[in-house]
Amino acid sequence: MDWGAIIQNSFRGFIGEPFIYFSLAAMGLNMHYGYTGLLNFGQAVFMAAGAYGLSMAVVTLGLNFWWGLLLGIVVFPLLLALIMGVPTLRLRADYLAIVTIAASEMFRIIARSPSLDRWTGSSDGLTAFANTFYDFNPFDKQKRYFFGLFIGNQMWVVLIGWIVLSIVVLIVWMTMRSPWGRVLRAIREDEDAARSLGKNAYWFKMQSLMIGGMFGALGGMFRAIGTQSAQPQNFITDVTFFAWVALILGGAAKVGGPIAGAAILYGILNFTDVFLRQLVENGYVPESVMDGTQVGQVRFMLIGLGLILLAIYRPQGIFGTKEEMALDDR
Amino acid sequence: MGGVQLVATFARARRGVLAVVVAFLVLLGLGSNGPVSAQEEGGEVKGSLVQKNEEGERVGVPSVTFRAFDESGAEVASTTTGEDGAWSMVVPEGTYDILLDVETLPDGVALRNPDKNPAQVTLIDGSSKSTLFPLGEPEESSAGGNTVIQLIVDGLKLGLIIAMCAIGLSLIYGTTGLTNFAHGEAVTFGAVMAYLLNNAGVFGVQLPLIPATIIVVVICGGVGGLFNRTVWRPMRRRGASLVAALVVSIGFSIFFRYVILFTFGGRAKRLRDYQIQEQWDLGLFRLAPKDLVLMIISIAVLVGVASALQLTRMGKAMRAVSDNRDLAESTGIDVERVISLVWIFGSALAGLGGVLFGLTESINWEMGFRILLLMFAGVTLGGLGTAYGALFGSIIVGLFIQLSTLIIPTDMKNVGALLMLIVILLIRPQGLFGRRERIG
Repeated sequence: MDWGAIIQNSFRGFIGEPFIYFSLAAMGLNMHYGYTGLLNFGQAVFMAAGAYGLSMAVVTLGLNFWWGLLLGIVVFPLLLALIMGVPTLRLRADYLAIVTIAASEMFRIIARSPSLDRWTGSSDGLTAFANTFYDFNPFDKQKRYFFGLFIGNQMWVVLIGWIVLSIVVLIVWMTMRSPWGRVLRAIREDEDAARSLGKNAYWFKMQSLMIGGMFGALGGMFRAIGTQSAQPQNFITDVTFFAWVALILGGAAKVGGPIAGAAILYGILNFTDVFLRQLVENGYVPESVMDGTQVGQVRFMLIGLGLILLAIYRPQGIFGTKEEMALDDR
Repeated sequence: MGGVQLVATFARARRGVLAVVVAFLVLLGLGSNGPVSAQEEGGEVKGSLVQKNEEGERVGVPSVTFRAFDESGAEVASTTTGEDGAWSMVVPEGTYDILLDVETLPDGVALRNPDKNPAQVTLIDGSSKSTLFPLGEPEESSAGGNTVIQLIVDGLKLGLIIAMCAIGLSLIYGTTGLTNFAHGEAVTFGAVMAYLLNNAGVFGVQLPLIPATIIVVVICGGVGGLFNRTVWRPMRRRGASLVAALVVSIGFSIFFRYVILFTFGGRAKRLRDYQIQEQWDLGLFRLAPKDLVLMIISIAVLVGVASALQLTRMGKAMRAVSDNRDLAESTGIDVERVISLVWIFGSALAGLGGVLFGLTESINWEMGFRILLLMFAGVTLGGLGTAYGALFGSIIVGLFIQLSTLIIPTDMKNVGALLMLIVILLIRPQGLFGRRERIG
């Protein structure tokens, strides 16, 4: 057993790339669910919008990287929010849940369809769209940085990720202190009361869906840049629930909740992943019980179990308060 | 709720989650004989799939799936053709049925002799056999009135299966307000259990499909009842919010799905019985005998459910609880009993739907989740919470999916149904049969 590798990987989970992708996605969900009470179960599609917005702009349409940023962070998520929000935001909460989860499935089918191969690259996805990003990399590609955790390119992704994450945190913190943020929370608490005060609840909910979706798109775009590929497999329906677990674990309606949640979640996931792999490789677990490919499936089971246990036993998460927002409200 | 009571319910709920998880694992573990050791030697079966293009040249047909089934009907290997149409599989010594997966053929391409698919080959170690699957002229199979009627028949078949699965979803929603995302896994669970009984066998005995199906339906009903009793009833007692319940159901959906993937494997598998059947040519359309039987069973079950809801005391009670829970309770209906029966019957029907779906296509670990989204489309179209609405909505969705292949590529057919879901919410959110009320 290589305990050094296990500890190193667990620590990498706390601050590394997946932590950045999913804390951004969970910040978006916090805007949706934590502050506005919207049940978005399709955050993976917003993430895909960021990834595919950038990669399709560069690879399929032949535009430059900066247009790709605009398309991926602004245009695609806004269109998506309109498509999913217009029919459902006037209805009861579970309709948005159904439509967003259906949208993830639609994305999967369309992105993998061979008949659209020249647009989306079907199941292989798109690659070679992030060269401009790495051209600015000041780190040496051959060297290791930050206690030897990241090589040059990874360090660049992680550094920019931390900066973007801090900006997003600042935006959320400031907007939630503003009158606009108070209206969102009023809608969450009692939509009819907010409406009777003359607030257009439908439009406020739409704005929340759009902005949270843009945070999700940022997370997805980082995932595409970090892995240097936009693949349908990275944005399947279940990916949404990694962000949900991160949000509920940290505590909804807390500015730092999603970040704490994503760090803890990826610490745990990386630990179990490496730990199980080591057990299998060293023959402590016989092949008939589990092999290398099955280790990856365990992380999804943990996500499922995490949702169940959190919702039943700790609906307000680790840092949240029951008075402000808990899954168990109403 | 007092503190002591609260602790007790917590303890119950915890035991409940554990019980469900353990029961699930035990059921899945039953009958699996452990992994089959890979064999080094074997024979190769190969071929080249070609068709004539407009100029009359022979060109390869890429990305078509071939599967090899051994004598017990278990799939031992599969492959897809390359750019030049070539394919090959290495299998252990023995006799195999080599099946060309017709679903994966490009549009407008069909086998010249559909009745010679699958083809039987016998291999000894180190041998190599070529198997030919000649393709017909593209015009033979596409366009014309026959195709539309064929699609309508296929659509009805799919719609009936969706309907059977969706009734439970709709009734559970109606009686408890829960949108149960784990309902799809009941479908997968039914299909996987049928595979275990029919192909792998329990204690070395492979059951024929018909008794296996009956056992599966009973098990699924039991598991559904247990699930309600150990997880959902304690949550209702605690007064948990619907959002929390929704999230718990998603958690169970993901957890069950990946447990099934872990134990069943990622490959699609087929049931042993009734797999290879010659289709009847009925002039306007073709139909395999098993599909006819399947449609008759579905119609009989659905008519049975509808009349039970309409005529029996329990059916009336179910509709009453769906309509207005408090009013029903105050007239002396035992609401909890109604709800637990809804869970049992709904899960049993979902399990049966899973077996039937596995019979027409193949069984894989995420089939239930796919069907769940089609169920949502059907149920929303018919009106969430109404039993009959779910029935008609699902059949329309099935027809719509199959007929949409006239316009959009077959691999994207489900997109049409999901798009329809969004359009319905836009223009008639209460569904075709739902009551008009403010639902926002």
